[in-house]
Amino acid sequence: MFVRRTLPLLVSAIFGVALILQFFVPHPASKNFYNMMLDWLIIVSAFTYLIAVQSTVELHVTKIKRKVEGWQYSIIVLVSLFVTAALGIFGGAFMPTTLWMKIFPSVKPSDTTPLMYTYLYMQMPMQSTIFSLLAFYMASAAFRSFRARSFDATLLLITAGIVTLGRVPLGEFIYKGLPDVVEWILKYPNMAAQRGILIGVQLGIIATSIKIILGIERKYLGGGK
Amino acid sequence: MKFINFINNLDKRWIYLVLALCIIIPFIFPVGFPMKTTPPVKSIYDFIEDSIPEGGVVLIGADYDPSTMAELHPMAKVIAAHALSNNLRVLFVTLYPQGAGMAQDAIDNVLREWNKSNPDNPKKLGKDITLLAYVPGVSAVVLKMGEDITQTFNEDGYGNKLSELEIMNGIKNYKDINLMVELAGSSVVLTWLIYANGRYGLKMGIGTTAVSAAEYYSYLQSKQAIGMLGGLKGAAEYEHLLGKKNVYGGRKDASIGMDAQSSAHIFFIILIILGNIAYFVKKKKEGK
Repeated sequence: MFVRRTLPLLVSAIFGVALILQFFVPHPASKNFYNMMLDWLIIVSAFTYLIAVQSTVELHVTKIKRKVEGWQYSIIVLVSLFVTAALGIFGGAFMPTTLWMKIFPSVKPSDTTPLMYTYLYMQMPMQSTIFSLLAFYMASAAFRSFRARSFDATLLLITAGIVTLGRVPLGEFIYKGLPDVVEWILKYPNMAAQRGILIGVQLGIIATSIKIILGIERKYLGGGK
Repeated sequence: MKFINFINNLDKRWIYLVLALCIIIPFIFPVGFPMKTTPPVKSIYDFIEDSIPEGGVVLIGADYDPSTMAELHPMAKVIAAHALSNNLRVLFVTLYPQGAGMAQDAIDNVLREWNKSNPDNPKKLGKDITLLAYVPGVSAVVLKMGEDITQTFNEDGYGNKLSELEIMNGIKNYKDINLMVELAGSSVVLTWLIYANGRYGLKMGIGTTAVSAAEYYSYLQSKQAIGMLGGLKGAAEYEHLLGKKNVYGGRKDASIGMDAQSSAHIFFIILIILGNIAYFVKKKKEGK
């Protein structure tokens, strides 16, 4: 109980308060402490990748073992994961490693690495394609659901129409002043609403941070209640 | 009534087909509508053009992946090319593992095109431009860079010691960076604005997707960001501005895509109008 609950709460409280105090203390020792904390944060962040890999492998191995629907795709995920990692580790990220050049003597230091090759010619087209499909769904959704059902919806519809048209050169071709109208919409009504949202979000972040430091908010420890 | 019924029962595959044609045809038969440069784009351009002395440093944050590269990749290339044209040093940095590949591709492209169009003033990797190695930690990395950039990364993305690179001469932390332009379609822009600009006073510009641009107008008004490139149009406007200098022969990816975006936007508006006409006629008929 102490290791799983009390210790993390104590660590959060002590380091939370210490880092707030540090901000107001312009002493070299305070600066060193701050730098050390940043180094620790970076190191801890690196370990999150191990957890991500472990979680991905566990999820897909379970799917394969249980032969759930589409389990064959899990094999592709795992093979891609390990092959890509191996290419990066042994072949290099942006420059071929000496090991890679020894295995393949024709490879020069200026050559594209196998990892970059998979990125440029596999991941880039695949990810771009998937994202571009969004335009097709949006077109269909706009046609079927974007209706002037109420005053609010009509206002949204007109504004969206003006901004959509004003953000492309064709809109400017139709009416020269349209980009200025769009700029006004974004600069005033939009900004007022965005600022209100932002202030609300930031106040929420401050409140949550204080609750974490004081040990009131404990969801980040996991394990339900 | 026949037309209204046709609209109401329209198979969505027809919409997909027409949209695909709206995007493909302008690439084959470009029109090239003239474009007005918006103030947020011009202010980033003007700052790089007039306010940074020769040898100054522009930091470009490549915090995007292939899903948003259509809008953000042309920005990375055109801003880097503009900085090189003014003999500035360009550092790419990324907080996303996938951003490293994007930055690497942008650097390759810009160096190749620059050296092709300016053989008398060639630019070199490690001397004029480079990519800082990817380090995990997001906000911790941004804060640590404010203290010491070399200590944060140790190496560039190509495995060279930063302390030995010519490009890093005189660069310790944000005080030595003249401008940072953050390119992202996510909230990582806020990380830079809050920690690098808010805490260390780093001068910043933003390059973001069209859908996210509306979020950052409050930072323009508060002058936390000097300017913003919003979506493909922002990139195209910047390409247009740099094009006037006639120093860089690289492909104008954003300008090429503007016609396709224009026709797609018009098609969206036609769809919405048709959908609403059909809705109101149907409603009126049902009311009777």
